[in-house]
Amino acid sequence: MTDTAIEKPALAVRTVRRRPLSRNKTFRRFLPWMVVFGIFFLWQVAVSAFRIEEFVLPSPTSIFAAMWEFRGPLLVSAGQTFMTTAIGFSCAIVVGLAAGVAVGSSSMIYAAVYPALIGFNTIPKVAVVPILIIWFGVGSAPAIITSFLLSFFPILVNVATGIATVEPELQDVMRALGANRWQMIKKVGLPRSMPFFFASLKVAITVAFIGSIVAETVGGNKGIGSFMLVASSRFEVPLAFAALLVTSMMGIIMYTITSTAEKRMTGWATRGPNGAISVAAG
Amino acid sequence: MIPTNTGSKNFVEMHRVSLRYGEDGDGTLALEDTSMRVDRGEFVAVVGPSGCGKSTLMKVVTGLWPATKGGVIVNSKEVDRPLSITGMAFQNPTLLPWRTTIDNVMLPLEIVEPHATLMRRDRATYEAKAMDLLALVGLKGFEQKFPWELSGGMQQRASLCRALIHEPALLMLDEPFGALDMFTREELWLSLQDLWLARRPTVILVTHDLREAVFLADRILVMSARPGKIIAERIIDLPRPRTLEASYDPYAVNLVHDLRQHISAARENV
Repeated sequence: MTDTAIEKPALAVRTVRRRPLSRNKTFRRFLPWMVVFGIFFLWQVAVSAFRIEEFVLPSPTSIFAAMWEFRGPLLVSAGQTFMTTAIGFSCAIVVGLAAGVAVGSSSMIYAAVYPALIGFNTIPKVAVVPILIIWFGVGSAPAIITSFLLSFFPILVNVATGIATVEPELQDVMRALGANRWQMIKKVGLPRSMPFFFASLKVAITVAFIGSIVAETVGGNKGIGSFMLVASSRFEVPLAFAALLVTSMMGIIMYTITSTAEKRMTGWATRGPNGAISVAAG
Repeated sequence: MIPTNTGSKNFVEMHRVSLRYGEDGDGTLALEDTSMRVDRGEFVAVVGPSGCGKSTLMKVVTGLWPATKGGVIVNSKEVDRPLSITGMAFQNPTLLPWRTTIDNVMLPLEIVEPHATLMRRDRATYEAKAMDLLALVGLKGFEQKFPWELSGGMQQRASLCRALIHEPALLMLDEPFGALDMFTREELWLSLQDLWLARRPTVILVTHDLREAVFLADRILVMSARPGKIIAERIIDLPRPRTLEASYDPYAVNLVHDLRQHISAARENV
């Protein structure tokens, strides 16, 4: 009795102390926005305090002003880049998943293909863009292909890892049931590699944007890459920064889409109470 | 290669089986010249010092590993590929973490014919079957839970249900209760006995727990240290259903003691 009498108030004090900010859901939701706002605020203060010239580092306010002024062409360019990236990224998902399943489920294919894949992936893709332009001409095709080439590799490697590391005992269970290779992949390999797959998507989406923009910068007449090239050649530095900002916004949008899909599909892998809820909902 | 005596009631028959791991034949010799038979519907336990090739024996019988020498006959057919009439359970429950308990238990039904085809038409009947089986091992109400929401003992129960749902003629258990505490283990012995009495599959249980072997099995085979072969055999003549008390009566205790001496002798002869 005395024990509980002593412990209870102590516990209550602790919960009251811990509760406030770090556990508060609304606070957590606004935290990322506050960080972004904080960065812009410090940036603005630094630019005006040190009197940094606009063509060196423009202030956030002038960037936003430029963004608003050129919202029309910016939107067109962003739409173009978003389109090429989305197409390249989608192809990367399809090819990466299929090739990952093939490489991960057969040690023979793995041994045969892996050295070539590593070699291919080491080639700097910037160097490939001029060749792509010779082949396909200036336009959307080089951007789509570059973003595909950059982003399919991480997907492939991760899916292959997920499938190749299925527990041997689980394989025995399946084989003793008479499961064929396809059933093994469908029932065990693929679901098991989903957390790996989504982890790789987060890397892949970033490099997919890099691929598109690099291609547009090296040789393109459309998209954010060429927009920035034109803006900086005219010394419209705030506008170039505005284009950068638009690119990171697109990145965040795509990231949010993939992580929402991830939460719905692989809630089982994050074994917290929240994971269970999202599984039940999905 | 071996005469298939179809007239006998032997369900599993190993005939002078040797198994050497490694493709070039220079790996470890895990089994040497092992012969054994198991009757249809019999419960056999295999005990032996650790690393003696008990698990290898299981893999050879189920056709997961081909024997290097000798032959295995199951259900009057020579084993040359993985059998599809087996249910397996291991020390690790190996449940799929993305499936609920009931979906885990129903996994074999999605693969083994004719269940796979029948279930597409009539899932409800099979679901009811899985619920009954789960209820039999005390998992009623946990059907929609995920494996990580269950305790180790509960996961192992679900794993047993998965091994049994498709009514396999042969049940292979590889130290299924090895990772559990003694009380949970004893509870599961009773569950397994109930399941066996209700269904009467042929069971080969690999274990290092001698009390477990005496409590559950009709017959115990003792294996020598690696390379493994069978060096002794004991018939357990206890009435069924057995109670946990029975595993402490002098007859059972003497058996455990006797088996223990065999195994420690086998360990010393390494």
